Amino acid sequence: MMSQEEAPLSLAKAPTRRLNMIEAINDALDIMMERDPDVVIFGEDVGYFGGVFRATAGLQKKHGKNRVFDTPINECGIIGAAVGMAAYGLRPVPEIQFADYIYPGYDQLVSEAARLRYRSAGEFIAPITVRSPFGGGIFGGQTHSQSPEALFTHVAGLKTVIPSTPHDAKGLLIAAIEDNDPVIFFEPKRIYNGPFNGYYDKPVEPWARHEGSAVPEGYYSIPLGKARTVQEGEALTVLAYGTMIHVAEAVCREKGVDAEIIDLRTLVPIDIEAVEKSVQKTGKCLIVHEATRTCGFGAELSALVQERCFYHLEAPIERVTGFDTPYPHSLEWAYFPGPVRIGEAIDRLLKA
Amino acid sequence: MAKRPASAGTIGGNLPPLSLHVPEPHFRPGDPVDYSWLEIPAAGAAARPDEACSPAETQDLCFGLVRVLDEDHRAVGPWDPALDPETLRRMLRAMALTRAFDDRMYRGQRQGKTSFYMKCTGEEATSVAAAFALADDDMVFPSYRQQGILIARGYPIVEMINQIYSNRADKLKGRQLPIMYSSRAHSFFTISGNLATQYPQAAGWAMASAIKGDTRIAASWVGEGSSSEGDFHAALTFAAVYNAPVIYNLVNNQWAISSFSGFAGAERTTFAARAVGYGVAGLRVDGNDPLAVYAAVRWAANRARSGGGPTLIEHFTYRAEGHSTSDDPGQYRSAQEREEWPLGDPVNRLKQHLIALGEWSEERHAAMDLELAEEVKAATKEAEKNGILGHGLHHPFHTMFEDVFEDLPWHLQEQADQAIRERRIKWPSWKEYE
Repeated sequence: MMSQEEAPLSLAKAPTRRLNMIEAINDALDIMMERDPDVVIFGEDVGYFGGVFRATAGLQKKHGKNRVFDTPINECGIIGAAVGMAAYGLRPVPEIQFADYIYPGYDQLVSEAARLRYRSAGEFIAPITVRSPFGGGIFGGQTHSQSPEALFTHVAGLKTVIPSTPHDAKGLLIAAIEDNDPVIFFEPKRIYNGPFNGYYDKPVEPWARHEGSAVPEGYYSIPLGKARTVQEGEALTVLAYGTMIHVAEAVCREKGVDAEIIDLRTLVPIDIEAVEKSVQKTGKCLIVHEATRTCGFGAELSALVQERCFYHLEAPIERVTGFDTPYPHSLEWAYFPGPVRIGEAIDRLLKA
Repeated sequence: MAKRPASAGTIGGNLPPLSLHVPEPHFRPGDPVDYSWLEIPAAGAAARPDEACSPAETQDLCFGLVRVLDEDHRAVGPWDPALDPETLRRMLRAMALTRAFDDRMYRGQRQGKTSFYMKCTGEEATSVAAAFALADDDMVFPSYRQQGILIARGYPIVEMINQIYSNRADKLKGRQLPIMYSSRAHSFFTISGNLATQYPQAAGWAMASAIKGDTRIAASWVGEGSSSEGDFHAALTFAAVYNAPVIYNLVNNQWAISSFSGFAGAERTTFAARAVGYGVAGLRVDGNDPLAVYAAVRWAANRARSGGGPTLIEHFTYRAEGHSTSDDPGQYRSAQEREEWPLGDPVNRLKQHLIALGEWSEERHAAMDLELAEEVKAATKEAEKNGILGHGLHHPFHTMFEDVFEDLPWHLQEQADQAIRERRIKWPSWKEYE
């Protein structure tokens, strides 16, 4: 649940609905289109059809073709057009159908959107939110499974946001759209329909049974740059985001480990206070992400923890990640940093 | 072994081996230059279709050359925009000021006052005359060689020099390479050093204008060299799909640093001909003929503003100088190319036209040139009061960390503190000035 300090008073009493993550994202988009006439949504198949994952379902019918429309299959054009629309004064929310497809638009993000404010000394800004499903676990093969967040966290001028629950997805997406800087909003598609916990041989619980699916009605936002403490604990700190929150949570529950799990929610700018506070308390740090290992965001996290919490550490920092291979189709679960890999790392930490 | 049912087998046989075609320009350093291979239609010969015509009706114009000024300096044919002499003189003045500015800034770079400069000599018409054909609040997305637009729109040249010097008065706070201007007040988008990125952005701006029911249009510029970028295709596709009110100027100045236009496809067809494939209007104009440039851009602007969609305009011109202060064209092309260029010089052609009209004279022109040189010199002196590159008069130190984001996040604050600390270690008496 949302912590009290970030909840507007009215929200605490707002009625909630049980939504899955797609519905929560759709709700956020709908609300922002309602509130701000400058919000426009476009991307491959997002218009009449409502998106391949249905995130924009019904929006074109409700808000008109002028504001919700399909695009050519050209990510350079999608992001490039978004930059031009932002220069005009719109607040574009383009969708890149899969994060794996974002690379043709990378130059427009890295060299243009991320730099507009700086290079024009504030004359032009890029309040663009690029939504894109990312991550594996859906048998998407190597071109529908990647987690390229580190390619964006490395870029000055971009914010990177990754939600792990429907509640957070809605509030973070609204905050991202309202933000006056470009935001990469990666949606962990493995948990669109339920909090997948890494036990791929067991059925996935639906969102309805998870407290994170209680989504307040109407407008609310969750500030970017603020982490969420998923559970408090003393034995070790888990730093994670997206799908891996649920995997880590399940492993700790199964092993009976009193872990403190921090959902970073925003990778840049990161909530360093939350990280420091937790690691200094527990003295042990486990970093989990699905992306490839070398130069992954975990490397940055590990460096930050080492620099800022070294004298509190009682064990080497553990990093659990995907392997440095493309995401394989048939061996998907051998690649995925699942319960076994996480469990081993926890054992090493606890033994130290 | 099973027989492959649908295979034709291997065909190699006695065919000669394939060879790679690597384009080679007509002339290299020292070569005598002969442009007789270049087809140059007579001024006034090109038809002028209605601005509301179908894109297909512009097809012939994509392979021809719209020209207005003839050998006797008269404006002829259906594309003659029939501008009044006062407008022509203002256009001439803006072009001449652009040239005077370029000359002074080039020398400034050679004198060590800044790191880099790019002239547009010989191409002044493609920006100045185009700017005259647009409304002042039409949004332009230029490449790095359209300083003429800013000058035509009355941007103070002292501000341009402040930017070039990256001094403490530079509105871009010394962050951009010289000549990468930005001026929202002049509807002039911030210039990028990454080539052709502005092209799809112009489509997006034009789409936004249409979404909002505005009447303003967008215009963008790209060189023939960077028209090879994928951004070009993205832009033309988006513009065509959404019938966006945008003008795509493609300045074919024959050279991309040391690579001639053949490396962008010029050996195969014209650049304007790409319009045919996208199903948008296309025009190919004599880029050294200010009246032809004005007429073509005006045609495209009227078309876009009335819902007729995008136009691709190839401006056929010649880059009279090097790419920038960082290259010596004598190393890769014949010096005679410029002297022999058959379409002349845009400033001289407009000047001769005004003289032919009885509205100008050699004496008035010489006087104007002197006056402009003085104007630029005075602006240079004014700008130098605020410093030149590398001489200490730059923006306050902490501005380096501003505008990365709207608000300064903790990690940039820490890095800003470190930068200040480093400064104090190196120069203990240093104080940040405001």
